[in-house]
Amino acid sequence: MKTITVNIVTPDGPVYDSEVSMVIAVTATGEMGVLPGHIPTVAPLGIGAVRLKKENSTELVAVSGGFLEIRPEKVTILAQSAETATEIDLARAQESAKRAEALLQARKDEIDYKRAELALKRAMNRINVYEGNI
Amino acid sequence: MASLRDIKTRITSTKKTSQITKAMQMVSASKLNKAEMSAKAFVPYMEKIQDVVASIAAGSSDVSNPMMMTRPVKKTAYLVITSDRGLVGGYNSNILRTVMAKINERHASSDEFVILCVGRKGRDFFAKKGYNIIESSIGLPDHPSFADIKEITRKAVGMFADGTYDEVYMYYNHYVSAISQEVTEKKVLPLTDIQPTGSTASYEFDPSAEAILEVLLPQYAESLIFGALLDGKASEHAASMTAMKSATDNASELIDDLTLVYNRARQAAITQEITEIVGGAAALE
Repeated sequence: MKTITVNIVTPDGPVYDSEVSMVIAVTATGEMGVLPGHIPTVAPLGIGAVRLKKENSTELVAVSGGFLEIRPEKVTILAQSAETATEIDLARAQESAKRAEALLQARKDEIDYKRAELALKRAMNRINVYEGNI
Repeated sequence: MASLRDIKTRITSTKKTSQITKAMQMVSASKLNKAEMSAKAFVPYMEKIQDVVASIAAGSSDVSNPMMMTRPVKKTAYLVITSDRGLVGGYNSNILRTVMAKINERHASSDEFVILCVGRKGRDFFAKKGYNIIESSIGLPDHPSFADIKEITRKAVGMFADGTYDEVYMYYNHYVSAISQEVTEKKVLPLTDIQPTGSTASYEFDPSAEAILEVLLPQYAESLIFGALLDGKASEHAASMTAMKSATDNASELIDDLTLVYNRARQAAITQEITEIVGGAAALE
């Protein structure tokens, strides 16, 4: 089976580097599946899980804020933060989800509201990836 | 001449000091190691983002973004990266001196510029001068992660985007080697000189090149700042190590000198005692 190299890089260092048969990522315009031999593309990423399909398993990586660079034989994901399922600190994610929810309840001003919404989204994304239900 | 006991006390206290500086030197050395590693870990990210930005900018010349536009400069921002603590030799004073020289050269009044500070030393310095510090970040960890500095980079880039200022210069110590650091000035915004790194592929853009630049350029500018910060941190540890090493060397030199003085004084005291005894015995005869 043909494979494609996937690199996930963050400012704090590389997170993931491996051969997979398919990459599915959430971009700004919707979900996007990438197979080997894809046309060179750049697309911004939303907050979401990147699914990396191997022969008979699927790995999940939680990413937020970044973009996807595709070349025929290689996919590079540049994200401000990225964690594989095993690296996620579940307690911390739950904590920040709770905090964000409290902020949303308080409904102070527009900017805080938007920030809390984003924080909640990131936290939920991490929790989902940790639990593997995408 | 100082008494024997005085000299002895000075020797002991100098020894204590040198033990401390020696320990600080070793701590800085290990921190420097780690800082070098995190600076290295950052390189792939920076290279990749530069690659993509350059190939977008090169591929479609009609693409424009406010971040790349040079506009008439009404206000300049200076982002100055210093350390939180002293005991780092010339690290802070070199940077602050360069910044002051540039400011004096470029601006007639302090309304023409604003300061963004990373590090307590810089903040205190500019606050004392009475300059307009619009943002400061202190108490960064020794090995900052991207999340630690997101706040200040986002604000620095955001305030350029909303027109608070029209250009951003960044000052930091570039890490050359463990014994040499160089004060570096870098123009962060507007992004006018994006160099292609060689491998320029033509890409499809989803949804469009403009939309991608909009996401990408702020991230690019932020990572420039983060890169400088990592570089600055490595320099800080290196400068601290060098400063502590010379402190330790000076202390041991001082101890040697004092020991010599001490021995001389002791010898003089013994000689005097002998003379007194001999003199006393002679008087009895």
